[in-house]
Amino acid sequence: MQGYLRSDGRKGIRNVVAVAYLVECAHHVAKEIAWPLRGRGVHLIGFPGCYPNAYAERMMRQLTTHPNVGAVLLVSLGCESFDRQPLADAIRASGRPVETLVIQQSGGTLRTIEQGRDWVEQALAELEHSPRSDMDVGELVVGTICGGSDATSGLTANPAAGRAFDLLAQEGAACIFEETGELIGCEQFMAQRAATPELGRRIIECVAKASHYYQTLSHSSFAPGNAEGGLTTIEEKSLGAYAKSGRGRICGLIKPGDVPPRGGLYLLDVVPDGEVRFGFPNISDNAEIVELMACGCHVTLFTTGRGSVVGSALAPVIKICANPETYRRMADDMDVDAGRILEGRATLDQVGREIRDLVLEVAAGRPTASERLGHQEFILTYKSFEPIGPGCLPR
Amino acid sequence: MPDTDSRLLRLAPEDNVCVAAATLEAGETLTIDGRPATLSQRIATGHKIAARAIAAGEKVIKYGAPIGSATRDIGPGEYVHTYNLKSDYLPTLARGEL
Repeated sequence: MQGYLRSDGRKGIRNVVAVAYLVECAHHVAKEIAWPLRGRGVHLIGFPGCYPNAYAERMMRQLTTHPNVGAVLLVSLGCESFDRQPLADAIRASGRPVETLVIQQSGGTLRTIEQGRDWVEQALAELEHSPRSDMDVGELVVGTICGGSDATSGLTANPAAGRAFDLLAQEGAACIFEETGELIGCEQFMAQRAATPELGRRIIECVAKASHYYQTLSHSSFAPGNAEGGLTTIEEKSLGAYAKSGRGRICGLIKPGDVPPRGGLYLLDVVPDGEVRFGFPNISDNAEIVELMACGCHVTLFTTGRGSVVGSALAPVIKICANPETYRRMADDMDVDAGRILEGRATLDQVGREIRDLVLEVAAGRPTASERLGHQEFILTYKSFEPIGPGCLPR
Repeated sequence: MPDTDSRLLRLAPEDNVCVAAATLEAGETLTIDGRPATLSQRIATGHKIAARAIAAGEKVIKYGAPIGSATRDIGPGEYVHTYNLKSDYLPTLARGEL
């Protein structure tokens, strides 16, 4: 497999132009620029808020310099608080072509769209000459999330994704699991798998933080569809979700935007620090995918029982369907039929191996179901985090 | 090991609930640990039934781990869901409950 070599040494498995709005007021113009070019690797991302937020600025820096991104067009209204100059400087310093269009200075909607499309066309031509180099499995960063879970998720797709994680981590890839609000009840099991006792204590603290956060909001990370799918409590959902982490040693606890320093299995703490502010930690599944991408994930394994259809901007999503009945209804949206396990047509190990092989094929360029269907969901909201504490990344 | 219907999964030996591997119809009689139990309602794929009697207040065990506590006495073969099982951490809300 070959990757697009970036100046920081990381390699991309895609080479997209990101069109990024820096406030909701610039969203329409940015979307109009990207929309006619969406089939040619032009993806829309952005932050809607007008108030400053250090987390959002860091996330946008990590996302616009993600290894799958080759060039970036920033679209600003002009009066929002997002500090666009340091973002443009960081992208330029990474060696990527970057342009900033300020709608208030460019003559309004139509003229900005026109200038934006011209610039993107130019960037696309330039990206045809991006340097490529050999890429090893050990250079991949792979994330996993579950969405639209039902009671089959924890029986088939999640443990199969866990088997794939075990294989990929053994081959040197960095594998990230997350959503600490959906690991409530699993903290003692996770701590036993931590590389050091101190890391184990950090993991227990981080799940306690999540439990407290959701208690304050008087709602767990549990949707009505989860109950309709046979899940009764957050602990039950958690135990099923936890299976995505496989059986390997947990070698670090990171936060959104932290890139794993080496291969192995990492837990991503997605629940904000400090007092409860800005509402629910991740308002929908794509907010989690965005945070995984900000940690450098090239590809995300998405397990679903009820049947989610989402993909993502910037990085491919591999959809693993847990429920055989859902798969028969929604096969076009799925990459892997893990419900075969429930019907005795495949074993967990077989499906785990199939997922691992598919990760490599997707990394080599094979489009996923959501890529073929044009899905490019993206959402970024307000949050706040402290840097990771001591002992979170033991050597 | 006593006999259990092949359409039921017990994920860990200590579990006191089983999971339906296929949709089971009301009125069907299943064998659980060698004992017959007749279903009083339809059990959809992935949903749970009690593998033995579970007393009110007792932990419900699945994956070999507690998933909450029984809120009333549950008979063997009875459907286990939000009406007789609650979280020990955070409440489960259904549509329209906010």
